[in-house]
Amino acid sequence: MMDLINLNHGSGGKASQDLIKKIFIRSFGDPNGILSDSAILNIDSKKIAFTTDSFVIDPIFFPGGDIGKLAVCGTVNDISVSGAIPKFLSASFILEEGLLINDLKKIVVSMAKQAKLANIKIVTGDTKVVNKGKCDKIFINTTGVGIFEKEYNYISTGDKIEVGDKIIINGALGDHSIAVLGTRNELEFKIGVESDCACLNELIQVLLKADLKIRFMRDVTRGGLATVLNELSDIISLGVELDEKNIPVHESVNGLCEILGFDPLYLANEGKVLMVVHPNDAVKVVEIMRTHPLGKESKIIGEIVSDHPKMVVGKTEIGGKRIINMLQGEQLPRIC
Amino acid sequence: MKYINEYRDNVLVRKLSNKLRKYNDLDISLMEVCGGHTMAIHRFGIPSLLPKGIKLLSGPGCPVCVSSISFIDKAIAYSAIKNVIITTYGDLIRVPGSQSSLEKEKSKGADIRIVYSTLEALNIAKINQNKKVIFLGIGFETTAPASAVVIQKAYHENIQNFFLLSTHKIMPPVMEALLNEDVKIDGFICPGHVSTITGSKIYDFIPDKYKIACVVTGFEPTDLMQSIYMLAKQIHDKTPKVEIQYSRAVVKEGNVKAQKIMNEVFETRNDIWRGIGEIPDSGLKLREKYKEFDAELVFNIQFESKGENPACICGDILRGLKTPKDCNLFGKTCSPVNPVGACMVSSEGSCAAYYKYQNYDGFN
Repeated sequence: MMDLINLNHGSGGKASQDLIKKIFIRSFGDPNGILSDSAILNIDSKKIAFTTDSFVIDPIFFPGGDIGKLAVCGTVNDISVSGAIPKFLSASFILEEGLLINDLKKIVVSMAKQAKLANIKIVTGDTKVVNKGKCDKIFINTTGVGIFEKEYNYISTGDKIEVGDKIIINGALGDHSIAVLGTRNELEFKIGVESDCACLNELIQVLLKADLKIRFMRDVTRGGLATVLNELSDIISLGVELDEKNIPVHESVNGLCEILGFDPLYLANEGKVLMVVHPNDAVKVVEIMRTHPLGKESKIIGEIVSDHPKMVVGKTEIGGKRIINMLQGEQLPRIC
Repeated sequence: MKYINEYRDNVLVRKLSNKLRKYNDLDISLMEVCGGHTMAIHRFGIPSLLPKGIKLLSGPGCPVCVSSISFIDKAIAYSAIKNVIITTYGDLIRVPGSQSSLEKEKSKGADIRIVYSTLEALNIAKINQNKKVIFLGIGFETTAPASAVVIQKAYHENIQNFFLLSTHKIMPPVMEALLNEDVKIDGFICPGHVSTITGSKIYDFIPDKYKIACVVTGFEPTDLMQSIYMLAKQIHDKTPKVEIQYSRAVVKEGNVKAQKIMNEVFETRNDIWRGIGEIPDSGLKLREKYKEFDAELVFNIQFESKGENPACICGDILRGLKTPKDCNLFGKTCSPVNPVGACMVSSEGSCAAYYKYQNYDGFN
């Protein structure tokens, strides 16, 4: 019985075949299908969305998710915010010699579960094993293909954004960052925060089908809301004004941010989408979002303004104003 | 959040802001000494709520900003010693030394670990008995007691692989140095956390000798607004004194137990403040009794420290004599991503703050 990954699992021989069949095919594929060099896809679309992302995270299991869930959701979300419907995914694994096979199984099962929930197929992949110490337990790359039922070029470029458009977020910020930090065992207390890691394709499709004036979408991941909005204000050469008291942040996350001197606007998320919506449709978008499990805490948090072009300004909770800059390097806990 | 939201009440803040209008004619500079205050002032947008004549100056109370370049160079040199683990609070790792930073050395393979408390650093020493663990002791009277406690613990438990590289500093000497340099300061927003340890009594000499207003201040918006009002009133009425706004945490005598531990473990020495220079009796070193834990005595190594970039004018900026605009490096070779001088290092240092605001001054 194999219980640890060893170099044989990457040799291309029997051990590799067993690993692929017993773990990957069992979870992702058709056990009776023939293993060939390429997946052949039926795509009924002139235009496709195509994206790739690699996932390295310590720890590989954290409250609310694991590296596998993250690898599926991350790529699904990148496709979804372009307006496309994610259909197919590849999954490549770099495994460190000594990884528990049981952990690999858990990760693969978790990926299969997310894929099913998101209605996508994991159709191709690869496995390599590296010597102990040459990678940290497991690295995963996923590449995804999505199709467009309708063209949404402007939704990534922000071409249709106008002054007065509202900025909407589908829920509380920072849960992912704090959940991962809590598990790294650097803090000597439990925080009870779960990662928001989730596939957003269903929520986004519901909104797109409602035919509302959604001008722009971006998933809010590393660098946080502040970084996404700074990128946005830069590409559209307009200003962004945030109403900070309306930005949803869970109490436990806020508390930890106070202790460590973090700003929730810069914390990473894995299940958040930012939308810019015509003012006439903003309330409707929030209403629809709130009917979906991933949008219960949706809020209008700001708007596009002509003042201070290329700058993000926050109206603080006490009525002051501050500039919200792009993240400069990783946030570090402060001494004072 | 309970006990936080009460101090972020925007109605109360607006009231205080309106009350301050009474002092619209004042033209005064208030120095917030503590980096935590600088942080809060920017985070909540306090300057946009003040009359134009009330200016806030960032003082030398950001421990990261004022650590000397040779301290960083020394820590980097220690990190290169075989079997040494450097443990440090997080914000120190990005600070540029004369040639590198701890962050850069970490990526080259040095064993440098971020800790959240001194006890965590001591635990790393206990777990890694075949290694030597050096803790970089930084900060003012706020963090010095935590270093003192861990040194006492190491002493009593006879732990032989734990060492302290101290750049701990104390507040009063640098405040006096600024006053002696003719910096235009009309009042001090005195540090809140330092004062919980020291008490407000350490500032008594400021109104007595220099006739300058002092208010010990908390870190929430209502704290800051109330303190600014108290300072404006003292200045307007010409009644300089030490007042405690942050009375929920600070008393005149301070935390006597913490002071005792600190004095038992540390003694003062002359110390170099980045950008300002040497200030007599402003730093803390371990006393003779604890010399076996003093990294500087145990690790006798040669290292090269080139000193600060001569074109950097952070010292003058920290003293309120010049603004970042007067600096030839500002925005060119020196930026938040690649800081040259002290004031650009901390995200809330004066140059870093100025860097963010330079394109936009439409707040007032």
